[in-house]
Amino acid sequence: MVTTMNETDMRLQGDREIVISHTFNAPARIVFDAVTKPELVKRWWAPKSHGAMVSCEADVRVGGAYRYVMQQGNGPELAFSGTYLEVTPPKRLVYEETFEPMKHLGAVKVTVTFEEKDGKTRIVNHSVYPSKEVRDGVLASGMEHGMREAMEQLDALVVSLG
Amino acid sequence: MGHITPMVDTFAALAEPNRFRIVELLRGGPRPVNDIGLSLRLNQPQVSKHLRVLKEAGLVDVEPRAQQRLYYLRASELRRLHEWLERYRRNWESRFEQLGELIEELKKNEDYSDGHDDE
Repeated sequence: MVTTMNETDMRLQGDREIVISHTFNAPARIVFDAVTKPELVKRWWAPKSHGAMVSCEADVRVGGAYRYVMQQGNGPELAFSGTYLEVTPPKRLVYEETFEPMKHLGAVKVTVTFEEKDGKTRIVNHSVYPSKEVRDGVLASGMEHGMREAMEQLDALVVSLG
Repeated sequence: MGHITPMVDTFAALAEPNRFRIVELLRGGPRPVNDIGLSLRLNQPQVSKHLRVLKEAGLVDVEPRAQQRLYYLRASELRRLHEWLERYRRNWESRFEQLGELIEELKKNEDYSDGHDDE
């Protein structure tokens, strides 16, 4: 498996963090819009295998709220909601997010940075979970991401094992 | 779902930097404990401790040969871990693929409305 610039890199950091990054072939202002404007978020946020978005609302300013709802087939609606803590277009976005069915576990603090270089933009999504248990639970649930050492390191290792 | 928790343990075993170095070293073939210590500049109690964790996680195993105990990598467990983590990465990749398509579309629209080339 060859890792290229545009692939999604994922690593776990410390006990409570997950870092995901990806580079897009577009300037930061376009990527920032696509990641924040609800009418655009609606078009990509739900991974195909996880169903479709049934609702997407976001008041993108400090203290503003958002709520993303997706649904797989006729399954239950799954809502993620939160509040923006920092909005600095087109560079940085910080928010707290709650997965509503598991509200009691606490919120994840997510920092998204947009680094533009030579017309390309690398976005880094850094999530800090309330505890190691919650982070590992997220990993195990299939809801999202993760790992500590760079994925390509493990890739190389596995390839070398043949 | 029964295999999920042990998978997290396997992952935790590999996440410690010295243990990851040991696993990388064992890619070259089976090695005795003292040899691992010398190669990685770790003392024997440290190496033994790390090997114990790796063995419990199913990542390495040991076989006696002559006077020595040789540690070797168990590829099956590493592959299982890799597949497990790869699923989560793919979720995001699938999401980012969709985002990438959207971004291409936004770029095109912008070029048409801008009418100039800023490359």
